[in-house]
Amino acid sequence: MSETLIQVKNLCKLYGLNRSEASAMMRAGSDKNTVYQKTGVTAALWDINLEVRRGEIYVLIGLSGSGKSTLLRCFNRLNRPTSGEVIFEEKALAEMNKQELLEFRRNKISMVFQSFGLMSHRDVLGNVAYGLEVKGISRAEREEKAMKMIEMVGLSGWEHKSCAQLSGGMRQRVGIARALANDAEVLLMDEPFSALDPLVRREMQFELLSLQRKLKKTIIFVTHDIDEAFKLGDTVSIMRDGRIVQTGTPEEMSTNPADDYVREFIGSADKSKVLTVRNIMMTPSCVMRAHDGIDHALREMRANALSSIYVVNDEMQFEGILTVAQAIRAHREQLKTSEVMEREIQTTHDDVLVADIMPVAAETPFPIAVVDSDNRLMGIVTKSSVLTALM
Amino acid sequence: MEWLFNFPFVMKPDLNAIDSAVRGFALWASPVLDGISGGLTALVNGIGWLLAHIPWFLLIGAVFFLGWKSRKSIRSGILYAALLALIGVVGYWSAMITTLAIVIAGVIISLLIGLPVGILLSTSRRLNNLARPVLDTMQTMPVFVYLIPALLFFGLGSPSAVIATVIYAVVPVIRLTSLGIRQVDREVVEAAASFGSTRMQALFKVQIPQALPTIMTGVNQTLMMAMAMVVTCSMIGARGLGVEVLNAVNRIEMGRGVISGASVVILAVILDRVTQGWFGKEEK
Repeated sequence: MSETLIQVKNLCKLYGLNRSEASAMMRAGSDKNTVYQKTGVTAALWDINLEVRRGEIYVLIGLSGSGKSTLLRCFNRLNRPTSGEVIFEEKALAEMNKQELLEFRRNKISMVFQSFGLMSHRDVLGNVAYGLEVKGISRAEREEKAMKMIEMVGLSGWEHKSCAQLSGGMRQRVGIARALANDAEVLLMDEPFSALDPLVRREMQFELLSLQRKLKKTIIFVTHDIDEAFKLGDTVSIMRDGRIVQTGTPEEMSTNPADDYVREFIGSADKSKVLTVRNIMMTPSCVMRAHDGIDHALREMRANALSSIYVVNDEMQFEGILTVAQAIRAHREQLKTSEVMEREIQTTHDDVLVADIMPVAAETPFPIAVVDSDNRLMGIVTKSSVLTALM
Repeated sequence: MEWLFNFPFVMKPDLNAIDSAVRGFALWASPVLDGISGGLTALVNGIGWLLAHIPWFLLIGAVFFLGWKSRKSIRSGILYAALLALIGVVGYWSAMITTLAIVIAGVIISLLIGLPVGILLSTSRRLNNLARPVLDTMQTMPVFVYLIPALLFFGLGSPSAVIATVIYAVVPVIRLTSLGIRQVDREVVEAAASFGSTRMQALFKVQIPQALPTIMTGVNQTLMMAMAMVVTCSMIGARGLGVEVLNAVNRIEMGRGVISGASVVILAVILDRVTQGWFGKEEK
């Protein structure tokens, strides 16, 4: 999971004639629009650096015109960068000759397109088998392999239908099957689900995740939908005006946005599906051990102006909660803490998504206790902290 | 005030020089031209011989069948067959066969030249821009002008007719082949490239098949233009229906003019409909 598969170094892509002047201006820190007005050169990509690890889903996200699709096309050299490098397993793409590039595209990398890019003169089978056909694999063999892929994406029985007869979701399944058929390590996906309606999109996202888990492909995924990015991405890069603004895991990004642009971009996302309990939990201000006296508990609560206290044992393992009412009763009736305290407390772990504890948080009268795998108390999550996290 | 309305500079181009240059070229290149002429004559005669050896009822039957299948209605089949029979009834059967032979020869040569040129033009924007004025000229030049060099180089007869026809009719197939290939969806072309197709693989497995409907429209237009040109070519000795039209004009015979003109129209309509339906099926 940690091995670097693709590296992009200082990659720039400029469109126009006066490129050297434009890149001098860009280096001096001018923004894209000024450069375009002065030189007529569009800086589609500027100084892109990133690393894609084997087996991860790497998401490029940005508004239209941010350069994400241009960048994606540099990974299989459909676009040639003006300067900078794309390195795949130690091999620079720019140095490949014609034959090497063909072999690279045939065996290592394949692509899925926004409007599917299907060949309407071929049936489903013919489309899926295309990549194998250009490799020169015999008809019987490639059709057998293509049939397996068609089955995997759930289109069995449709193989001899023309693509025009399929719905949008099914067409993109054909696109995915075609990309999987030549058994490439890397899948480039250019807004593959943007043309689909929301329900189908969600279904396809789910299927992509399960396919990825099964096949362990490295996927570079372009989208403009932040929810999609956070749902699928192991690593996400936000792009703006041809530059990468921030790279990180979805969680890092929501908790620590690099600037206002990122914050605003993420603002549109459903945070509860990104943030985990770790991001919103608080340290309990008031903790007691089970064998501490009731008087101690009452004193602690009074000092912190709280109506309850968390009870742990000597190993910091969580036992329960003692409320003021219980403490007073214990004091009056000379009972021990363990005899009166509330033990039926909801617990959770720190890597649980906020979305998953929301129903529990809404129901329980007490804060939720966050414990580690040894049941040691790490923190608490209150109703109000859940709510503020989502704002 | 007269200078305002009369163009002040008049330079007479030396028309004699152009004439003699062309004549000189014709003389100089006569071995090659004779070869081409011989080849074309053989082609036209060969096709004519083939067509002439198809019994009339078979041809009518074939038109019925093709009309029925391609238009998906038995009534069209009957209509086309009846129209074709009408040409025979008015006594122009053999003239029609002669015309058809020249049209087919012209179309075959137009396609042999036009398809590769169109494909070539589609690969480069610059080449396409260069070719455009040439194609425009070929299409807008009054068709009679083509008759002169054809006559000079190949003399009177069917080779000249085929050459003039090709110059006039080759344009749409070039244009539409190039256009069709250019218009193939960008993502489809990218998809072909992204799977490691060579240029030839992308061209023949993806771009041309995707452009086929447009290319076929070009072929159909070429056929129609060849049909129109063949009538004009009667002026340089192409035999067939055109001769009848020409005679009617020369002798101011309205009756002959209407009947031979109608025969040309019928032949054109049948060729158009039958081929259109037939190409249309491949589109899907």
